[in-house]
Amino acid sequence: METKRKLLPEQLHYAAVLHWSTLAGFIMLVVTFIAYVFGWLPSYVPLERMPQLWGLSTSEYLKATGIPTGWSWLFMLGKGDFASQTGIAILSGCSIACIVAIMPAYAKSRNATYFVICALEIVVLLVSAAGIFSIH
Amino acid sequence: MRYALRSPDKFDLIAISFVALLLLALPAEAAQAIAQDTVDWWVWPLALFVACFFLGMIAVPAGVGGGVLFVPIVGSFFPFHMDFVRGAGLLVAMASALAAGPSLLKNGMANLRLVMPLALAASISSIAGAMLGLALPANIVQISLGVTILGIAVLMITVKKSEFPHVAQPDPLSVALGIHGVFRNSISGQNITWQVHHTSAGLVLFVIIGFLGGLFGVGAGWANVPSLNLLMGVPLKLAAGSSSMILSMSSSSATWYYLNNGAILPIIAVPSVTGMMIGARIGARLLVILKASVIRRLVIVILLFAGVRTLLKGLGI
Repeated sequence: METKRKLLPEQLHYAAVLHWSTLAGFIMLVVTFIAYVFGWLPSYVPLERMPQLWGLSTSEYLKATGIPTGWSWLFMLGKGDFASQTGIAILSGCSIACIVAIMPAYAKSRNATYFVICALEIVVLLVSAAGIFSIH
Repeated sequence: MRYALRSPDKFDLIAISFVALLLLALPAEAAQAIAQDTVDWWVWPLALFVACFFLGMIAVPAGVGGGVLFVPIVGSFFPFHMDFVRGAGLLVAMASALAAGPSLLKNGMANLRLVMPLALAASISSIAGAMLGLALPANIVQISLGVTILGIAVLMITVKKSEFPHVAQPDPLSVALGIHGVFRNSISGQNITWQVHHTSAGLVLFVIIGFLGGLFGVGAGWANVPSLNLLMGVPLKLAAGSSSMILSMSSSSATWYYLNNGAILPIIAVPSVTGMMIGARIGARLLVILKASVIRRLVIVILLFAGVRTLLKGLGI
């Protein structure tokens, strides 16, 4: 308890958001993957083909399968291989959610430095998530 | 910048010699030699899950992230292309860091004011590393990764850690950013006031570390912790916890890049993450019954082995 009183309040808030977002991500990861490998969701690339494909480079793999890149997978969640990416996307987005959650605290305490650092971090993560620098 | 080095002892030299002999006896293409057409699709992902379970078990007591073990070992022994191995490696590093994050923050083992500026630097450069990594031919990445893994092993052998570094005077940048705090020593029960120095150099170093993490798909704890502890003067446990938080953000930016470019395959990534997470839970309990130093030496041998295998594979040997 003594330790918690010495902690910055935004740190505890970050921890709480991180806990729940990470839990959601892991649950989605496991559930969708089980649906994928047990065939409860049909796969875009048949699982039997995977041993012939996973040794290829990314560009060769995409060419062989015709899989679109970027956020196209979001419109194909009925396929197990793309549904499985939902959990990965949630986990990758946890940091964004946590940083957004603590920014009001920095704004309220007029801590411009850390507000700007948080804003820049969100910009970096969103730019990466948007696929602006995609090579395919 | 000064580092405390220790001379390799007899065990280190024997381990290195053993590793060298073992490597010469094993073909680098063992995994590829197993005809992929003869095994069912689920065999390799299941084997990957089991391998990651054991990696997760030893990673925690040894004080290394799973990513630095995952990429060279899976890249050398499994038939998956390095692009997908690195994508999975980033996910493994990120997932481990995310899972540990809430506890680290709540117990004061990580400090957000320390983490945020360094994570920003590492996040930006990790995207650049990821871009270069997916653009380079696989053999170049293998060779570079092999050399880096060997360097990590040497670092683990030679570099000492300082539990409570003495920082006489904080630098102006750390003062401006408010990077200081009170850390509770759980063993003595004492509250220790900490501050940092060489913050600018630390930021530059984290740019490099983030780049390497994105390039190779490994977590950067092996570099984060010495940088925080030895360069910036952060207490060791706080450095380890803050390193994990920095990783969670820098790995996220690189993971998005790999995901958007189709370089993360769930059939490889999910067994890796789940195996590693379950193994790590058991590994944390192993700390009670096994000496961390014993496991750490085992991991060093594994890293040496994996580093040379990766290098030889990149050279086509």
